[in-house]
Amino acid sequence: MTASSIQPENDVSWRDTVAQSALRLPAIVSLFIWSIVPLLMTIWFSFRRYNLMEPERTGFDGVGNYRYLLSDPSLTSAIGNTVLLVCSVLVITIGLGTLLAVLYDQEFFGRGIARVLVLAPFFIMPTVSALLWKNMMMHPDYGFLAFLMRSVGLKPVDWFAVAPLTSIIIIVSWQWLPFAVLTLLTAVQSLDSERKEAARMDGANAFNIFRYILLPHLERAISATVMIETIFLLGIFAEIYVTTSGGPGFASTNLSFLIYRYALLEYDIGGASVAGLVAIVLANILAFFLMRSFARNLDV
Amino acid sequence: MATVKLVEIRKAFDATEIIKGVDLTIHDRELTVFVGPSGCGKSTLLRLIAGLEEITSGDLFIDGQRVNDVPPARRGLALVFQSYALYPHMNVEENMSFSLKIAGVDRDERKRIVLDAARILNLETYLDRKPKELSGGQRQRVAIGRAIVRNPRVFLFDEPLSNLDAALRVRMRLELTKLHHQLGATMIYVTHDQVEAMTMADRIVVLRAGVVEQVGTPMDLYHHPRNLFVAGFIGSPRMNFLEATVQQIGPTGAVLDLGQAGELHVPSFEHAPQGKKLTIGIRPEHLTLATPAQSSLSAQVQVVEHLGSESYVYVQAISGESLVLRVNGETTVRPDQEVHLNLNPSFLHFFDANGDAIPAKRLS
Repeated sequence: MTASSIQPENDVSWRDTVAQSALRLPAIVSLFIWSIVPLLMTIWFSFRRYNLMEPERTGFDGVGNYRYLLSDPSLTSAIGNTVLLVCSVLVITIGLGTLLAVLYDQEFFGRGIARVLVLAPFFIMPTVSALLWKNMMMHPDYGFLAFLMRSVGLKPVDWFAVAPLTSIIIIVSWQWLPFAVLTLLTAVQSLDSERKEAARMDGANAFNIFRYILLPHLERAISATVMIETIFLLGIFAEIYVTTSGGPGFASTNLSFLIYRYALLEYDIGGASVAGLVAIVLANILAFFLMRSFARNLDV
Repeated sequence: MATVKLVEIRKAFDATEIIKGVDLTIHDRELTVFVGPSGCGKSTLLRLIAGLEEITSGDLFIDGQRVNDVPPARRGLALVFQSYALYPHMNVEENMSFSLKIAGVDRDERKRIVLDAARILNLETYLDRKPKELSGGQRQRVAIGRAIVRNPRVFLFDEPLSNLDAALRVRMRLELTKLHHQLGATMIYVTHDQVEAMTMADRIVVLRAGVVEQVGTPMDLYHHPRNLFVAGFIGSPRMNFLEATVQQIGPTGAVLDLGQAGELHVPSFEHAPQGKKLTIGIRPEHLTLATPAQSSLSAQVQVVEHLGSESYVYVQAISGESLVLRVNGETTVRPDQEVHLNLNPSFLHFFDANGDAIPAKRLS
């Protein structure tokens, strides 16, 4: 092939690149508007005096909002609550989810119905399930847990007053357990039966197979589940709003609820913007650790 | 020393019986091949021996000890799976030493045993690799290494070469046979490929529909198939079959009526009264081209396959049967040509209406 015949091809490929870029452009532009513009606006608001209760006080405020928020003790407790909520729910759902996935992989009578039932909580709206737990399960007077405690002679516990964050962790775990079971069950089912048999021939008992064969096999599914759950758990709001309203005090306020408090209870848009930025930073720190510990499993 | 003895072994899944009473003895240091078409129960039989399936009835003895209720790991067997079933998250060394780790063997000892096995299989340089970084043949060797490491009494192979390409399969076949001599171990090998069975086995067990059809050395099965099924299954290209009727039996031999293909004089054989219907079997290498004067069996050539050293000539006999001849590689026969065939009477096999072989009196 001569050089002259190569030349037009180069030309074509250059034109192709332009055409492809043109086709990609709408996606990139809409993504930019979708994510970067709100971020820039948030950053802009975070430096301004912007309180809906005091519309006459506007203008540039420097780092005033930052100084105010970072010295607010509720911020530390909100960050702590957020991390505690996310981590506890992850541990509970992944731990129980793995065990349940192994259980539901076994043959037993009524397995089909049991599988449908275990998935049911995931289909209930967060507001509804929070109301359900608040009024029917955890209510100190007519809740089911109170009934159980009274029936064995114990004094019922006012869950949302005594252990508000724990109560919310229980509710959210209940909601997210089905998701973990679902993803992990499919992963358990995808384990090659010959691999299990090979382990049996190698002398592995049920625990060995779980520890050395099944858990490593589940690693990727667990990583994916952790990432997806984390994204949703960082923004838990409805469950808190419906049950404790972030209280007592700030005992069950997480970052997203703190932002809500700033923006819509105190009408402090500037302060809320700073809290929003803190949430972004926190999410990125968590994402960094998640990616570091799990992402290597995803490119297998 | 390791022998395996099966007594009246039966296996049923729900109501369907897969293994229908198998009696078999596998001798020490022998490579025994279970061969049969898919669904004949050969893999199930292997899994019964391995302990991965429960025996429905009958007794299984290893070295004289009844092991029906002994769990797989304690039967002292190692199984190489068709899919290799390597542990993907472990490297080659960890794969091979997993059974030792479970058994509580200490680290240094584990390393030594794995290295010994790796040396036999030429895997020393791959010990750090994960299975996905290995080729098919290397994975196969790791699977075998995992078996060697356990120092089993009996090696079991479940169609281990069926995932490899043709050239590699031939090479691994050779390596396995060498390994068998090197280790001097008792091995049971399952395959659907009769070429593997013929080339590797000390003894072949031919299975069909959960029943043992014949047990014997490869040449025994080739020359003395006990029935039509074994005759057709062993040998490639497969044996030719012709329908015939016994016309007349005399002191020097019998005359068989081949219908349109004329008559055939054969040495006498027992238990074949006049008028009885028979199937004649003849291997492709014993069917030769002849002149019209020599043979009344004419046929039309359909396809000629040239393999270089030899050629297969597929013909349709005048009586309708499709036959194949193994002839010299330089043959000039062309498709659509009319040929005459000579059946060498010393190499004929006879089968009665039930498909059982009729012992023939050989000319020699």
